[in-house]
Amino acid sequence: MKPAPFKYIAAASLDQALTLKAEFGDEARFLAGGQSLVPMLNFRVAQPKVLIDLNLLSQLSGIVCENSASLRIGALTRYRALECDQHIAQSVPLVREALPHIAHPQIRNRGTMGGNLAHADPASELPAIVVALGGRLRAQSMRSDRWIEACDFFLAPLTTTLQADEMLVEVRLPASAKRSGSCFMEVARRRGDFALMGVAIVLTLGVFGRCNDVRIVLCGAGDTPTDVSDAASGLIGRTVDAEGIDHVAASVQTSIDPPGNVHASKAFQRHLAGVLVKRALGVAAERARHG
Amino acid sequence: MASDLHDIVLVVNGTRYQRGVEARLLLSDFIRHDLLLAGTHVGCEHGVCGACTILFDGLPTRSCLMLAAQANGHEVITVEGLATGPDQLGPLQQAMREHHGLQCGYCTPGILITMTAFLAENPSPTEAEVREALSGNLCRCTGYQHIVDAVLAAAARMRG
Repeated sequence: MKPAPFKYIAAASLDQALTLKAEFGDEARFLAGGQSLVPMLNFRVAQPKVLIDLNLLSQLSGIVCENSASLRIGALTRYRALECDQHIAQSVPLVREALPHIAHPQIRNRGTMGGNLAHADPASELPAIVVALGGRLRAQSMRSDRWIEACDFFLAPLTTTLQADEMLVEVRLPASAKRSGSCFMEVARRRGDFALMGVAIVLTLGVFGRCNDVRIVLCGAGDTPTDVSDAASGLIGRTVDAEGIDHVAASVQTSIDPPGNVHASKAFQRHLAGVLVKRALGVAAERARHG
Repeated sequence: MASDLHDIVLVVNGTRYQRGVEARLLLSDFIRHDLLLAGTHVGCEHGVCGACTILFDGLPTRSCLMLAAQANGHEVITVEGLATGPDQLGPLQQAMREHHGLQCGYCTPGILITMTAFLAENPSPTEAEVREALSGNLCRCTGYQHIVDAVLAAAARMRG
């Protein structure tokens, strides 16, 4: 339960961090909040030769309201900062709603948004949320600077499209639109534990109250955030009513193949997905009517 | 691999320390073995049990999920820093004692640290809020009821 030896470097600049990562590649890991990486070091599941600590790079943290349409969030922004920020609460209420479900207060004081996304745990809340919101992630290296659509970022458990020399430096999230409503719900054995199943929903209504767009993304349902929006395509152009919601919940249940685990069987996870989609869709639609 | 040593300076419970530490040394082990402050307990070493919780720059943090080298230039408060004086308990410690908020005591340092910060932020919590704030600290003895009683009693006493 102690980390294997490594070389520790507290990067003094972004350039230094990126240069080191370019030099050591997969043998180096960035250390942000460390709330997932350090347990992996303690278990020796991860044994990097070099740890590049990013915590001195204050330019990587912060929440900027770019304009009324989007927010930019530095990768090193801690959960607690997101939880306390007014812009987050107003512009991306889906993120605000999910934060109390992310681990425990002690972990949220330290864990970061970028670290969470780059870690790419399929049961984690934020990956599903950035996909549901249609967010974009910025990856930088000494040779490139590119934006990646959130839906293209997650490849497999703990695996993303980031190259060995790249760092996730910021996230851009669209602010919630007029007549749109969102909802995040999950079921865990204890508040803050890994979700047995979670759902993030963003729903937008047209001027006549009919559904214009709906995104439904599950966490814990597969190898990556699981986008099941197709199961809700029948809602488009219609008024969102109880019958329509029941139909979506049923078709989400048949469209997924959850992995099952020691705390929840495949069948129970499928059941949870249906229940959560039904509840969260109702809430999101109600919020959209008032949004 | 040859050990990678770092010089660090930090303030723990108001005292300044300067030490050389190996890169892979966890902050929890540094506090216990190098500073000999054994009040910070180590339970699971992967951030689940909460026994090793300290205040890192004022915020409750798992010391088993940080490296000692990362504490360079920062301020740490451990359970030893909570008492108001030698043989004098703080109001939360006193309430834990009166309400039987501990049995084996292993989780107690982490709970005291977590609840101290919680009550500073929320002086008039509801029972549900106390239970949620306690969710990151495992206690296998008490069933939590007496801890919740103690925290609510301490909150009332501290409000005066």
